[in-house]
Amino acid sequence: MELLLDLISAVCFILGALLILSGGVGILRFPDFFTRMHAAGITETLATSLILIGLMLIAGWGLVLFKLVLILLFILLTSPTASHALAKSALHGKLKPILHNEHSK
Amino acid sequence: MLIMLAVVLLTVMVMALARALLGPSIYDRILAVNLFGTKTVLLIAVMGFLFGRPDFLDIALVYALINFISIIGVLRYFEYSDSKRIEGEP
Repeated sequence: MELLLDLISAVCFILGALLILSGGVGILRFPDFFTRMHAAGITETLATSLILIGLMLIAGWGLVLFKLVLILLFILLTSPTASHALAKSALHGKLKPILHNEHSK
Repeated sequence: MLIMLAVVLLTVMVMALARALLGPSIYDRILAVNLFGTKTVLLIAVMGFLFGRPDFLDIALVYALINFISIIGVLRYFEYSDSKRIEGEP
């Protein structure tokens, strides 16, 4: 049973790490602010919850598990709110997303 | 496994800092700082597990709280800072 938990948490870590790396590369290479927000959003919610779930599997029952659940709950509540506020104020600040692809002929 | 995770987190934090320096607009910088903050929360939690210190998770939780408040505070400042237009407009 213990080995199974460690195996699942290892898989969660690898997936979380891959997602975080893809989000990190995405935030560097995307052309526009709003596309970069999408890349950052992926890492903030999905990858964070994957890694925290992996940590929970290692932690086992107890106070540590409770604290991890609190951290996960709080991040899942606040990071979408922060991203929404950021997008709203960006649109408010005359930042236009690239809707049509002007590079194409 | 946790060490690999810590290394990955550090590289993504460096990428976020690079975006914060390169970012053309103010909002790119705020986005990069926000990403940096959430990754710090994860790094503190992973470090807590690496060093066998369960009390690091309290620090991670407080850091997540402060990160969120600071992002909203900075946005509140920047939302109406370039308000050349008349105040009445939405």
